[in-house]
Amino acid sequence: MRPLRSHLGRAVEIEEKQAAKSVALSELGEGEWGVISHLDLPAEIQNQLAHMGFMPEAPVQALRRAPAGDPTVYSIDFAEVALRQETARLIQVIPGEPGLVTADDAEKAR
Amino acid sequence: MSCHPSGLGTVAEPEPAEPGAFAAHRAKGKVRTVVLIGPPNCGKSTLFNRLTGLRQKVANYPGVTVEQHSGRMNGIGRRDLTLIDLPGVYSLNNTSEDARVAIDVLHGNMPGTPPPDAVLLVLDALHLQRQLMLASPILALGLPTLLLLNMSDLLAARGGKIDSLALAQELRCPVALISASHGTNIDTIANFLARAGEPVEASGNAPVATLPVLQNPVSCRKWSAQVTEAADYRHPTSPIWTIRLDKILLHRLWGPLAFLAVVIAVFQVVFTLGQPLNEGLGAILTNAGAHAANFLPDNWLRLLLRDGIWNGVQAVLVFLPQILLLFLFIGILEDSGYLARAALIADRLMRSIGLNGKAFIPLLSAYACAVPAIMATRTIENKRDRLATILVAPFMTCSARLPIYTLVIAAFIPNKPILGNLIGLRACVMLSLYILGFLAALATARLLKSSVLKASSAPFILELPQYRWPTLHSLTLRLYDRGKLFLKKAGTIILAVTFILWLLSIVPIHFSGNGGGHFSDLADSVIGRIGHYIEPLIAPLGFNWKIGIGLLSSIVAREVIVGTLGTLYGADPLTQSESLQAALRHDMTLGGAIALVVFFAFAMQCTSTLAVVRRETNSWKWPLAQFCYMSGLAYLAALVTNQLFLHIF
Repeated sequence: MRPLRSHLGRAVEIEEKQAAKSVALSELGEGEWGVISHLDLPAEIQNQLAHMGFMPEAPVQALRRAPAGDPTVYSIDFAEVALRQETARLIQVIPGEPGLVTADDAEKAR
Repeated sequence: MSCHPSGLGTVAEPEPAEPGAFAAHRAKGKVRTVVLIGPPNCGKSTLFNRLTGLRQKVANYPGVTVEQHSGRMNGIGRRDLTLIDLPGVYSLNNTSEDARVAIDVLHGNMPGTPPPDAVLLVLDALHLQRQLMLASPILALGLPTLLLLNMSDLLAARGGKIDSLALAQELRCPVALISASHGTNIDTIANFLARAGEPVEASGNAPVATLPVLQNPVSCRKWSAQVTEAADYRHPTSPIWTIRLDKILLHRLWGPLAFLAVVIAVFQVVFTLGQPLNEGLGAILTNAGAHAANFLPDNWLRLLLRDGIWNGVQAVLVFLPQILLLFLFIGILEDSGYLARAALIADRLMRSIGLNGKAFIPLLSAYACAVPAIMATRTIENKRDRLATILVAPFMTCSARLPIYTLVIAAFIPNKPILGNLIGLRACVMLSLYILGFLAALATARLLKSSVLKASSAPFILELPQYRWPTLHSLTLRLYDRGKLFLKKAGTIILAVTFILWLLSIVPIHFSGNGGGHFSDLADSVIGRIGHYIEPLIAPLGFNWKIGIGLLSSIVAREVIVGTLGTLYGADPLTQSESLQAALRHDMTLGGAIALVVFFAFAMQCTSTLAVVRRETNSWKWPLAQFCYMSGLAYLAALVTNQLFLHIF
């Protein structure tokens, strides 16, 4: 198995390939990927999110919505973090697969 | 300094530099205080327990530890060293109450806590890239630091890898691959600490790790990506079971159904299995008491031991099996990682009352006890949200309410199955009481959040832990600790209160002329007079004077009422030979009995909770308001309940 390269490096490549057409993170459907382009949150919250991996150039996947439809669980930096729609709305992403080995791929590969 | 081959079993040292090299100016003195720091849920407290031999609470969700704990490092034979366990932090500029504690202690700004001489930085090896961001501000402190990559056994098992030697080289600090739960490689910590105190010849130009701009998370993250790449880090495969389980447990339809099924199953087991166990223990205790009493001379000593102490304490002790069962379930929920999912499912509901889904975690742990739950609110960033959660937490049905609920339900509610064999009537009544408390908490929170504690809603940001099997070891320890706590309470507070009550129930002693004396009748005793004095106040609720005394005594702690009733009914010649259940059945109406449990659902009868609310809010204003509000509500609700029963049934 080829070792994974830093996904940050990869994210940059993808960003270059794609036209910068960003949508809100909350718009991603279940299972869809995106690369964060911009965050527009209060500094304190933005800092907290950054330390959980939500920062420009980071790939993120909307994993699943909570039974009530909100919050949504996102896969970021190999961890799962739940955010409400009101927060995810203020995070812009460029939709598209970053081509990483995803959890589902791993399961299929078995 | 020689360098060891990397891998489990050794510590990886950076090549030329000493571990303390970049703290040369500080490392002169002896190491006395060591801190454990790291992100939430990476296993700091598990390691703390191993190093100190103490037993701090550990579970599988972020935010279990909310204050600093210190202990001597007995686990590795270093009594002279104090280890401080800190709440988890994602970064050193967090604002929540628990994170502030950690940051203050780390910086030596915590009054009464000496500044640390060495740091054990714990990171989760499964999430190294992201968690390594925290290493940069910690290394920048310049203290002797040992980086511990916890759960490294899981890293290897799941196909990941790390070259710890290369990592040590990159960071210029020693690195050890450990497993805190299995104790793998823990001796490296002792080795590190033995040398961290040695004076180091400051070579002035010792190589120092290149650190990123600390204030910039993006720069920190890029740095950690570079470092992990240089250390040949390969991320483990995704946790297949967590993904599979979440597909069901967070499913639109199955998720809430599973949640409900879990709740009902807990009630069924705690009640249907717990009840006979309680009765079994009760029979054993009664027999033992009667047997022991036969050996005592028939005088005041026997009265004192049997009526004054044993009756009351035994009445409470019988609830031990049920309480342990409840804690077993709470332990499984907390250790498996389901608790965070429950918070996620409940977020929508919590938002509708103006609270954050994160508040659901303290509220759920309040089912065990409100005191740790109130402490756990420290993880809530928004001050007003936190205060609202503190104020409503005591409405959640804590385990101390279980004895009086069980007693009344067993005495007054027939055990009829409803809905086929799915749930019994008794379990159903119990469930309603739990729901009643929960609704009271929600309504009160709503009221607070729409009036005095109005605030813009704080964001809900919650990291979901991977599911883990609760280990038999940790569950056993939890039950042992809870059991010990319960027995201690029975042996101290409850024993003392029942003894005083018994004493008050026999004085004044009437002396006759020839020097002999006899005890007062219950009704004429001090306690009887107090009881009759307050009876008019509680009679509309359907309570007699004995219940009134029980309510008064239970202001200390809720379980005390069962001890008090045990003592009072045991001292009354009319009911002496009956079981407490039978005595209550003859002495109360159904309406009064239901009113009693409704009263307990709402009332704030717990001095420990009042004390912790005072400490956490830093004023007497809130605990007093809480006490008055809850007692008022309890009185009104009990009044309405009893009157409804009187006029309808």
